[in-house]
Amino acid sequence: MLIKKGAEADLYLEEWHGRKVVMKRRVVKDYRVPQLDSQIRVHRTIHEPQIIHRAKEAGVPTPIIFAVDLAESTIIMEWVEGKQVKQVLNDLSAEERLGLCQTMGELIGRLHNSGIIHGDLTTSNMILTPSGKVVFVDFGLSEQSNELEARGVDMHLMKRALQSTHYSYARECFKAIIEGYRRIVGKEAVDVLEKVREIERRGRYISER
Amino acid sequence: MYCLGIESTADDFSVAIASTNGEILANVVSTYLPERGGIHPREAARHHAEVAGEVLTEALGAASMKSGDVDIVAFSQGPGMGPCLRTGATVARALASYLNAPLVGVNHLVAHIEIGKLTTGFKDPVTLFVSGGSTIVSAFEAGRYRVFGETLDIAVGNCIDVFAREAGLRSEEGLPGAAKVMKLANRGRTLVPLPYVVKGMDLSFSGLLTAATQLLHDGKYSLEDMCFSLQEYVFSMLTEVTERALAHTEKKEVLLTGGNAVNERLQSMLKIMAEEHGARFGVVPREYATDNAAMIAWTGILHYGHGMTTPIEKSYVRLKWRLDEVHIPWAEERC
Repeated sequence: MLIKKGAEADLYLEEWHGRKVVMKRRVVKDYRVPQLDSQIRVHRTIHEPQIIHRAKEAGVPTPIIFAVDLAESTIIMEWVEGKQVKQVLNDLSAEERLGLCQTMGELIGRLHNSGIIHGDLTTSNMILTPSGKVVFVDFGLSEQSNELEARGVDMHLMKRALQSTHYSYARECFKAIIEGYRRIVGKEAVDVLEKVREIERRGRYISER
Repeated sequence: MYCLGIESTADDFSVAIASTNGEILANVVSTYLPERGGIHPREAARHHAEVAGEVLTEALGAASMKSGDVDIVAFSQGPGMGPCLRTGATVARALASYLNAPLVGVNHLVAHIEIGKLTTGFKDPVTLFVSGGSTIVSAFEAGRYRVFGETLDIAVGNCIDVFAREAGLRSEEGLPGAAKVMKLANRGRTLVPLPYVVKGMDLSFSGLLTAATQLLHDGKYSLEDMCFSLQEYVFSMLTEVTERALAHTEKKEVLLTGGNAVNERLQSMLKIMAEEHGARFGVVPREYATDNAAMIAWTGILHYGHGMTTPIEKSYVRLKWRLDEVHIPWAEERC
């Protein structure tokens, strides 16, 4: 069953050896020349499970990868039970909301400490499980980098996602995320925050989006 | 009513006349051609000042109008090169004062989108705007053309133009360097690996340009193959981010506009992508793709229709005016 037709991949909810799984298939894009098309699809199909694995090593919950089919550019992974943070954040009590945001911040901190840049930090890419665990998904745009710039852009994307989707809580949520983040990365959080401000000051972000 | 538009953001000086019902009565363009290198803002501005009178007279003549028939004067207020913008703004202010006509400062980027909508009949598209100075993926949401993606460094047109100059493909009257790259690309066969840099819906071309230029000078691959590879990489990146914006907004139209919209390979890629999503694809006609005043005159009409005029004291040029700063009361979301 197709659950999402994205720009880069199609997501299916399937039964696989008695398990509920997500099949992420990077389909052929006819607009690209075949050589470049397969290069991109193969690269991303290999890259995503690798980074997901490294995220686990860093202590960040991510879906279990069951299988990778390069010929079909398909990744079969665990269906994570729970709700997108996007769906629940606005309905939580103030205390719960801040607690959740601090957890998100800690997890982002763990990623960054391990040189992992998520590349698409939004509240739709974080699942809150019934046991209260936060699972990060969709590492399709992630990269390995220790550059301050990359961490700054990552954190800036998180902030922008909060501003567009959780307008009334964006400030307090981002503050709580930074708190959690600081607990993990320590003093360097200051540099990352300064970078976020610098990115905002660049011409392209003069007016808030 | 008739609006006279003046465009002078970069190397083109143009005067056009549009009517309230969207008819373009005249659109005269004079392009500054540097002897070598890129556009020198001061030299371009000098060209604009020299030809301004001629171009104005020619436009009025083409529309069979006298200056007194003009009801509104619109001009490109930004973004663009300071000296060039100021030249056009000076002509506009002088003309508006002389005619005692209302003055309308138009955002150049908004104008590129509006002329695309006018000529394709699209109502609410995802727009890919590609030119020498800009690379923007935009769509209308909550009163403005929101920027979903854009370049993090140089514009796509800039990337191709610099590559063309490095390859000795000089821009000539009626045949820009980018057009020469496209011709050669059609004969290329081998895809040379280059950096493919997409970050969310944002793009980066500077590393790709450096890599392509180095490979070009190494001389290992033919110029045809280099042009082919450059185009395939750059246009695939553009199509991918446009697709992401289309999937996100779920709009039903994809509009291609700006100077690089004339590229047939880019057009075909976007068309294939749009059709896969059940969306229509449209491209601005050639004469309105590169910088032109028709788009300024038409956008001036839209502004004026909503009482948006620019008093002289606020008609200073805005070099870094962003697309999403402009309130767009005339557009409506279809979905």
